[in-house]
Amino acid sequence: MGGFLLRRIGQGLLVVIGVTLIVFIATRMVGDPVRVMLPLSATDEQRAAFAQQVGLDRPMGEQFVDFVGDLARLDFGESMWQRRPALDVVLERLPNTLKLIGAGLGLAILLALPLGAIAALRPGGWIDRTTVFVGLFGLSLPQFWFGLILIVFFAVTLRWLPTSGMGGMAYYILPAVTLAMPSLARLVMLVRSSMIDELNQQYVKTARAKGLRFPRVVMVHAMRNTLVPFVTLAGWELISALAGYTVVVETVFAWPGLGLTAMQAIQKSDLFLLQAIVFTVAILIVVINVALDVVYKLIDPRIRLA
Amino acid sequence: MSVSAISSSAPLLEVDNLKVEFDTRRGLVQGLRGVTLSIGRGETLGVVGESGSGKSVTAQAVMGLIDMPGRIASGDIRWKGRSLFGRDGERYAQDIRGKEVAMVFQDPMTSLNPVLKIGTQIGEVLERHLGMTRAQARNRAEELLAAVGISAPRRRLDQHPHEFSGGMRQRVMIAMAIACEPQLLIADEPTTALDVTIQAQILELLAQLQETLGLSVILITHDLGVVAGLCHRVAVMYAGQIIETGLAEDVFERPAHPYTQGLLRSTPRLDEVSDRLVSIEGTPPNLVVPPEGCSFQQRCPLSGEACRKAPRLEHIRPDAEAACWKPSVPAWATPLMSPSMPS
Repeated sequence: MGGFLLRRIGQGLLVVIGVTLIVFIATRMVGDPVRVMLPLSATDEQRAAFAQQVGLDRPMGEQFVDFVGDLARLDFGESMWQRRPALDVVLERLPNTLKLIGAGLGLAILLALPLGAIAALRPGGWIDRTTVFVGLFGLSLPQFWFGLILIVFFAVTLRWLPTSGMGGMAYYILPAVTLAMPSLARLVMLVRSSMIDELNQQYVKTARAKGLRFPRVVMVHAMRNTLVPFVTLAGWELISALAGYTVVVETVFAWPGLGLTAMQAIQKSDLFLLQAIVFTVAILIVVINVALDVVYKLIDPRIRLA
Repeated sequence: MSVSAISSSAPLLEVDNLKVEFDTRRGLVQGLRGVTLSIGRGETLGVVGESGSGKSVTAQAVMGLIDMPGRIASGDIRWKGRSLFGRDGERYAQDIRGKEVAMVFQDPMTSLNPVLKIGTQIGEVLERHLGMTRAQARNRAEELLAAVGISAPRRRLDQHPHEFSGGMRQRVMIAMAIACEPQLLIADEPTTALDVTIQAQILELLAQLQETLGLSVILITHDLGVVAGLCHRVAVMYAGQIIETGLAEDVFERPAHPYTQGLLRSTPRLDEVSDRLVSIEGTPPNLVVPPEGCSFQQRCPLSGEACRKAPRLEHIRPDAEAACWKPSVPAWATPLMSPSMPS
């Protein structure tokens, strides 16, 4: 286990190095970062002064050495837009995104297991057919549109919930539901089909022949086996939320998280802030992947971590 | 059927005119067409027949494992005289299954839950039926593993099925089955999926446990040699019905039903040189539209006008029954051979 962890962390570091290269190439070598960051109205003198100030006028090799050195010290440079270190902005916004993901994916995971399992008990029954129908529906709706519809209905028409922003518990409901919806749909479908498979396995017959009560047969025997693919998909959902869905949902609901900040950084051409965000997300994804591998091993002893 | 010739007490398990149907795309398959059997205390009943004859379905019906698209159409199953059907019966059945009646399945590779520890899988039966605490169940599980011949049982408790070989897994299945000291063990082809060398070990273990625990055993198999070695009585199934039953040695020495004769005749023997393997011509009937009359008539050399009417299981000797209009008539010219007894 220990050796495995070290190896996975080593692989993670390789990924981070790859990300470093890509970010460097994308920001410094594709197009002119000075032109991107300064407004169109800036004069050539202003551009030259800015380039000198942030070190963009020096040879690429030197720039790269500086870039890596700064990263190692967790110095991502100054956010042009916020006029403070980019990392400070990221660290201020990241917890909001994590809270939103926690609420949204938490909701999806907590609902998917029982809903999928109940649907699987009677394949083809009305509960199952309803689940599949609603699941397909949930998969087909564009997320930003669903969020807007929720706002129109629950916030504008009924005035039950706030339209946007972050505050008490009530502010979480609409964005969390919007974030949860496609993940929930995918997870329910997976739990359903996996549980149908597992309930037909021979070991379920053994468990029943042992006289075990039905809830134990379903919840312990079949569910434990369903958790293996479930964790895979849930991990994928977590990564997708971090690297994409939250950008949409936070933008729709003006949620002050990393996704909205990324959007704003793009709009404001704030290259250094964007760099810091991309980096943070990349490192989080590496960490999540290592954690997932450990969870697999805990659930399914047949998986070898070597 | 008569009460067992060996056990004088009331039967433990009675299956009474059981009919099971499977709703398939090809139509309603009549899996069991009126099966009646009983087993007394300490008795070993061998159930033989080819694939699809209803051996396993009978066992699954007793264990409550007939699932959609299958259903029990009619008949009754009684344990110690009490029906397992109806609302009270089902509750009763859930309490005795795994405790008083236990089952060992054919394929030990798939019969254990791959993600649960062996100790958990044995312990949960004890917790469920005997109200043991987790710690008590764990200690008992260790004793059980030792009892079925697994070495280093304490260490083995925390292992998962994939760390066991096929034979060892079947031992674990048996440990699980005898955990609550049942009175009846149903073994559904317990050695079919195992290597030949392991098969003998498992059968020996079953025989030994039967003796020490005073178990009744229903041994489902298509290996007639196994039946000859282990069983007191034998029931031969064909096309969802029992067509012959009697004391094992009698049935092997003087089989009454032509199908039983054919089955014995087609058992290959190692101690005799023969040019070719013998088989029974034809195939078992389609159970969506079972034939009128005797289900074996299409394959039977003795088939005649009388066979258009369905024969019923009737006594041919005090302790033997056969469902045939011409019982005990040699159906094939070749001399019969009884299967060799395993030494």
